[in-house]
Amino acid sequence: MENLETLRAEVVAAVAAAPDLAALEETRVSALGKKGRITALMKSLGGMDPEARKVAGQAMNRLKDAVAQAIEARRAALEAAELNARLVREHIDVTLPARPQGGGSIHPISQTWDEVVAIFGQMGFAVAEGPDIEDDFHNFTALNFPPGHPAREMHDTFFLPEREDGSRHVLRTHTSPVQVRTMLGQAPPIRVLAPGRTYRSDSDMTHTPMFHQFEGLVIDRTTHMGHLKGCLQEFVQAYFEVDNVPMRFRPSFFPFTEPSAEVDIGCSRKGGELRIGAGDDWLEILGCGMVHPNVLRACGLDPEEVQGFAFGVGLERIAMLKYGIPDLRTFFDSDLRWLRHYGFAALDVPTLHGGLAR
Amino acid sequence: MKFTLSWLREHLETDASLEVIAERLTMLGLEVEEIIDLRTVLAPFTVAEVVTADKHPDADRLKLCSVRTGDGGPDLKIVCGAPNARAGLKVVLARPGMTIPESGQVLKAGRIRGVESQGMMCSSRELGLGDDHSGIIELPAGAPLGASVADVLPLDPMIDIAITPNRADCLGVRGVARDLAAAGIGGLKPLTIEPVPGTFDSPVRVTHGLDDATRDACPLFVGRYIRGVTNGDSPRWVRDRLTAIGLRPISALVDMTNLISHQFGRPLHVFDADKLTGDIHPRLARPGESLVALDEKAYALETGDVVIADDAGPQALGGVMGGLDTGCSGATVNVFLESALFDSRRVAATGRRLSLDSDARYRFERGVDPESAVSGAEIATRLILEWCGGEASHLMVVGQVPAWRTEVSLDPMRVRRLCGVSVTGPECRRILTDLGCDVIGENEDGALTVLPPSWRADITGEHDLVEEVARVRGYDAIPTVSLPREPMPKPVLTETQTRRVTARRTLAARGLNECVTWSFLPRAHAEAFGGGRPALDLANPISSDLDAMRPSILPNLAMAAQRNADRGVPNAALFEVGPQFDGGEPGEQTMVAAGLRAGSSGPRHWDTAPRLVDVFDAKADALAALAAAGAPVASLQTVAGAPAWYHPGRSGSLKLGPKVLAWFGEVHPGVLKTLDVKGPMVAFEVFLEVVPAAKPKLTKARPLLNASAFQPVERDFAFLVDDGVAAEAMVRAARGADKGLIADVAVFDVYQGERLEQGRKSVALCVTLQPRDRTLTDEEIEAAGAKVVAAVAKATGAELRG
Repeated sequence: MENLETLRAEVVAAVAAAPDLAALEETRVSALGKKGRITALMKSLGGMDPEARKVAGQAMNRLKDAVAQAIEARRAALEAAELNARLVREHIDVTLPARPQGGGSIHPISQTWDEVVAIFGQMGFAVAEGPDIEDDFHNFTALNFPPGHPAREMHDTFFLPEREDGSRHVLRTHTSPVQVRTMLGQAPPIRVLAPGRTYRSDSDMTHTPMFHQFEGLVIDRTTHMGHLKGCLQEFVQAYFEVDNVPMRFRPSFFPFTEPSAEVDIGCSRKGGELRIGAGDDWLEILGCGMVHPNVLRACGLDPEEVQGFAFGVGLERIAMLKYGIPDLRTFFDSDLRWLRHYGFAALDVPTLHGGLAR
Repeated sequence: MKFTLSWLREHLETDASLEVIAERLTMLGLEVEEIIDLRTVLAPFTVAEVVTADKHPDADRLKLCSVRTGDGGPDLKIVCGAPNARAGLKVVLARPGMTIPESGQVLKAGRIRGVESQGMMCSSRELGLGDDHSGIIELPAGAPLGASVADVLPLDPMIDIAITPNRADCLGVRGVARDLAAAGIGGLKPLTIEPVPGTFDSPVRVTHGLDDATRDACPLFVGRYIRGVTNGDSPRWVRDRLTAIGLRPISALVDMTNLISHQFGRPLHVFDADKLTGDIHPRLARPGESLVALDEKAYALETGDVVIADDAGPQALGGVMGGLDTGCSGATVNVFLESALFDSRRVAATGRRLSLDSDARYRFERGVDPESAVSGAEIATRLILEWCGGEASHLMVVGQVPAWRTEVSLDPMRVRRLCGVSVTGPECRRILTDLGCDVIGENEDGALTVLPPSWRADITGEHDLVEEVARVRGYDAIPTVSLPREPMPKPVLTETQTRRVTARRTLAARGLNECVTWSFLPRAHAEAFGGGRPALDLANPISSDLDAMRPSILPNLAMAAQRNADRGVPNAALFEVGPQFDGGEPGEQTMVAAGLRAGSSGPRHWDTAPRLVDVFDAKADALAALAAAGAPVASLQTVAGAPAWYHPGRSGSLKLGPKVLAWFGEVHPGVLKTLDVKGPMVAFEVFLEVVPAAKPKLTKARPLLNASAFQPVERDFAFLVDDGVAAEAMVRAARGADKGLIADVAVFDVYQGERLEQGRKSVALCVTLQPRDRTLTDEEIEAAGAKVVAAVAKATGAELRG
């Protein structure tokens, strides 16, 4: 019988010396395989007497365990080394750019509109819509524009060709016709917001032939000018995300409201940078007023019974003010550099609880 | 409307500062647009005295002055070129560091012809006080040394206010003063107009050339002949005033009309009576007549124009401008004064047609006080006699003052109801009286009966009086009140509106950039996209390439993509959600989400090569937009072909039954050529309003998830079919082969080429079988496969590829 200790030392040395997993397997087979040296030793146990077999058996099992343990340890070490080598081989330059993915964007007009709806929705305003091509009644007559008013001239307003009855439709010059359609279509109480494209025959540094407005209309039995002030004050502070914006309601004139007002908000222009809120300067942002009794009558409502207010705001104007966009005309250029710079991420959905703008 | 502070104070007794007045004007609805107050600008300039003025050693025209400043410091050495610089003269001193108003430049100490100059003595022009640059300003000898010249010179701040169209009464200084007085800024000074008695009958007579039907064109004409005048310069204070508001003083007679126009809002005209032929007739112009107006331009007249004619023809455009031939000059001796009333609509129409702006037109368009014709003539006569001498004829009045009196009632409670602010009955009465109204009655409920003044034609109803009271009381007094609202807001958007928002954000998430483009485009583009109907042409386009309403959004997007490519930004992926126009009547428009991809799928990349955009990019965009808009995408049918602006072989329609929900495809190469843009471009148009509304549901609960515990099995089938067979038909057939078992069918390969016979293609489908209650046996899988093969063969004639 071989000296077990010598055998153990030999096998363990061979295991330790195995340069790779294949050599290790050879060593394992030569020691523990069917014809292995340790296996052969184990077979010799059968010829021993029980007492001797017990002693030798224990010793051999210890030997077998020790060798198996050495093999496992070596295998783990070799596997780790092999993995490390593979990882080194697999190194790549991670500074290379990732695969490109198109960066889409939402136009500032849409984003601003979503913001406006979030604010007025909270005050219970529904959204009403109307056609871009309007007739004279909805765009002018019902809104108390007198015959011969300059807005009714080709100079200011886009006209479509003369129709069979001699009349001409117009591209709506404001979103106010939606007021009329709303009042003709539903009974008070009314709270609606009417957004849309509007058109005026004007094109220069600060005017484009098409632009966007939104109109607000509240009609019931009790809404007065104080509510108009409150409603707009809350809107301005929520929209510009500034607390305590100073506001000034100045008497003004529009055919479809009386009393009428233009609204200025406080701002500062220090260092050429416009900031809403603080400061000693004023900035005009919208026109508004109590709906004119003639408009109510034209819509089949009795001014002795119901009353309310209306306001109109330029969407691009408030977008320019909030987001520092300098030039109105660029809104309609579809310049990708502009769209990517001033546009908004698809999932940047304005909410009041999460903040309107990042 | 421009005026000066001293001019205002001539009508308004007040101690209020310019700032207080300006603030009040704006809050009365007379918005201050600009104030030019030289008192501020000139405050740093001081009174100094020339002590000595010696000749400059090296320049004949220059003087070397020693100037005492009055600040106790040493006298300054100043080189000066003014001929009137002399010892003992009190002058306006500018020191280095100060800004000279005329040039806007900061004054620097310097050397002039080798001699140091420590300041500058200023001329009127240099200070912005007028045109005089003949010498330096000579201040009164008593001007205190060292004082600010703002306190020494008679400086009159200029105020420019915006007048809304309803406030014709404020197109004269007196109207502005009246508003301010009503608002508590001092008191309106009384104005008495003493008629000038005439001494003779006018040799020029006035006869109406208007019949009863057209009498309203000039209902009242007041004329007066003044003989023996001398038309020199108007008085200094008049010229200063006119200059301050940007008018050029011309002569006493003309300056008088301008002064009265801006003081009382009453336009007048003066004819040189010796240049008139016969008598004066207000009448309508006759065909073919023309007039050379005072602006020296010839105007062709039309029958709607009101003219003041003499026996030779039109000599003035009524309410717009006088004629050149009969205007007054320095040689004028006899004057015919006109103070008339003209129909505002005719004046507006004439002025607009002829593009002829004037102060008279501006006032008549908005409405001149009908009672001012006689008083205006009397005030004018007095000024002419005072400035030019002469003798006045009897006043001639032809026609009559149109009726203007209307009673309006005001219930003070109405102010509270409409404006939310209480104003007492007596306060309403006080405000309205100050504005010139007569309060002629009050009923037991406190309602006032009010007669508005002749100059307030804009006041016709109770709401007008409410506005007057609220305006004068001040909008600041109106409380700020929150709109009452529900404690928990409800959703406000309709399904259609929400869809639009979702479609828009989905497309942006897919990498498309949202645009907003014009609703109009060139007619040729409209025609290429199914439009171009005359009913959708604009009668007055802003330019010839924006002359038709768009029948589709795509041409605008294609042009935008090309503009971007031209700027070096290729591969545009653009979309717009907006209207397209189908007809010229209100409502004949459709809400469309349209998009377009041009060029490549992306930039060049070290790993993934870009490919050209193709029809399946557009199809994916269209399907995504439809899904976002709530369309049942799984039930949609793709049908080959789309309208003419798409490639006929590379386009399709997405349909739900007979309804077309979207088109997609390559843009037709011929259309690209028409637009002059480079392809390839692929596009889609999704008709958001055609997507059926969601069925109303009682709850938001989803159906229970029925996920199988058993592994799904995939089997691949390669079919040979004719070229013309639609893959979608094969997929549908395969899916229908065993609806209970087949969960999905996908096309994973399409082959056409040399290894197949001409006109045939190979389409490979991957069919997913999903067992529900147990694992499938080989025989069951086999049987399902056989059903798929049979169904596809039956539907499309496909054979399983060997």
